[in-house]
Amino acid sequence: MNELLEILSDLHPDVDFETEENLIEERILDSLDIVSLISEIDDRFDVVIPPEEIVPENFNSAKALWALICRLDEE
Amino acid sequence: MKQKNVLEYLEQTVVRVPEKVAYADDSFELTFKQVFDQSRAVGSALLNRGLTGEPIVVFMPKHPKTIAAFFGCVYGGNYYVPIDPEMPRFRIELIFANLCPKAVICDEGSLEALQSFNYVGDVLLYDEIASSPIDEAELRAVREKQIDTDPIYIVFTSGSTGVPKGVVACHRSVIDYIEQLSEILSFSEETRFANQSPLYFDACLKELYPTIKFGATAYLTPKQLFMFPIKLVEFLNEHRINTVCWVVSALTMISAFNTFEKVKPEYLHTIAFGSEVFPIKQFNRWRAALPNAKFTNLYGPTETTGMCCFYHATKDFAPDEVIPIGRPFPNREIILLTEENKRAEQGQVGEICVRGTALTLGYYHAFEKTNEVFVQNPLNDRYPELIYRTGDLGKWNEQGELIFISRKDYQIKHMGHRIELGEIEANVNLLEGVSMSCCLFDKEKDKIELFYVGELPEKELFALLKDKLPRYMLPNKVRQLESLPLTANGKLDRMTLKKMMHGE
Repeated sequence: MNELLEILSDLHPDVDFETEENLIEERILDSLDIVSLISEIDDRFDVVIPPEEIVPENFNSAKALWALICRLDEE
Repeated sequence: MKQKNVLEYLEQTVVRVPEKVAYADDSFELTFKQVFDQSRAVGSALLNRGLTGEPIVVFMPKHPKTIAAFFGCVYGGNYYVPIDPEMPRFRIELIFANLCPKAVICDEGSLEALQSFNYVGDVLLYDEIASSPIDEAELRAVREKQIDTDPIYIVFTSGSTGVPKGVVACHRSVIDYIEQLSEILSFSEETRFANQSPLYFDACLKELYPTIKFGATAYLTPKQLFMFPIKLVEFLNEHRINTVCWVVSALTMISAFNTFEKVKPEYLHTIAFGSEVFPIKQFNRWRAALPNAKFTNLYGPTETTGMCCFYHATKDFAPDEVIPIGRPFPNREIILLTEENKRAEQGQVGEICVRGTALTLGYYHAFEKTNEVFVQNPLNDRYPELIYRTGDLGKWNEQGELIFISRKDYQIKHMGHRIELGEIEANVNLLEGVSMSCCLFDKEKDKIELFYVGELPEKELFALLKDKLPRYMLPNKVRQLESLPLTANGKLDRMTLKKMMHGE
């Protein structure tokens, strides 16, 4: 989880990703962020996010994104 | 009688299909009758305030009402200047400084943002003026005086110096563009668009005007959907979208994540793309997913009203091929000029110059800048005739099709050789494990710097490149990035990369 927070902070150093729960609705993340997040996650955690998981619910908070990574990692 | 005003499209269509939806987003829609009534009310309200022949800023987000506000400005004999409150603050300030507008139309949501700017003119609330009385007599009087070279909009493009330039377009060039484009892409009343471009770029002409010409329907795609490929395709299917005119990166966003394995756009049959080179790997994925769709490459600078060249991509392309930008739309000529201002021979590189009605009126409040690029046709020494010098380099291939090479500014002289940075990029893009690249030249240090995205490590990339390029074309510095910065319109942001190069 800490590593993920680090990745997110690199994208937006000004955002508190531990508490922010509306990354998409608040337009904090944009399409470029999503694209780089997906490739970062692939690199660091060796987890490939399939297209059906690229949905707002999975990207709205660091917590949700971490849950997705863990789930995909187990599968 | 020949059409001379863009509003004639709306007036002919509203009689035919008044109750049909013209413009919609995911939660709101306007029928042709509503667009017709609201825009005439807006036009009347402007005239009541003595506003005609003025630039009117439409300070509203992407929304169907914003489009009705545009037409309202034209009804009042004014020209609209779209500004989205989401645009960078500094850019908005520069635009206001250039325009000195007497009036701004905003909505409830953008009013507060507007008040934070140092603007003192009239502020009109859309909902108020769009429901005010329609003054038929005044509107008719304005129409009788309007001519087809009167301006209808100003859109701002980036200037290389950092100050945006306002491109002024008139009825005549827009009508000519819409007529030719509709023919080339076979638009009809059945056309259902999903718009991608922000409304403050001329790219949205492709949806806005054919919609009122044919009585088609245009959906404004929520920007957020371009983050979520499956949702985006589901949006296209839900609204039975059959036509998109998008920037390449919006299309590759879908194909790159293997979205087609899960869901395909079921109704899509016309796909136009442009502004960027379509990576062949991604293009072929699209063609494989939609074998019956028509793919068209479009090219054109804002200064010649939308697009001016097209190419129907009906064949397969090899990975090292480039999709041509093809041939000019009817009623405009492309002249390739060499450095000696002579016509380039087949195969010879020249600057792409445009001749014809498509030329916009020039830049707003910037005569000097206008005269630098809207110039006398050097091939004509008999009477005044303007051409627009695009600053883009191209060449004619053996089939007589135009090939885009690069921006003129990307042509450099390095180690005594003339080098097209685009050529280096094209070679890098061919490497396995590279998805995108951009090459810049640091004139002071006489060094070429390469930025790229992909899993290929820097050292390996360099080794592979040695096999492809002569020594003098090899980049002096290579930097691997997570992603390349893009402009608001989805094009590669070379200015930001330039700053990164200089370590800012």
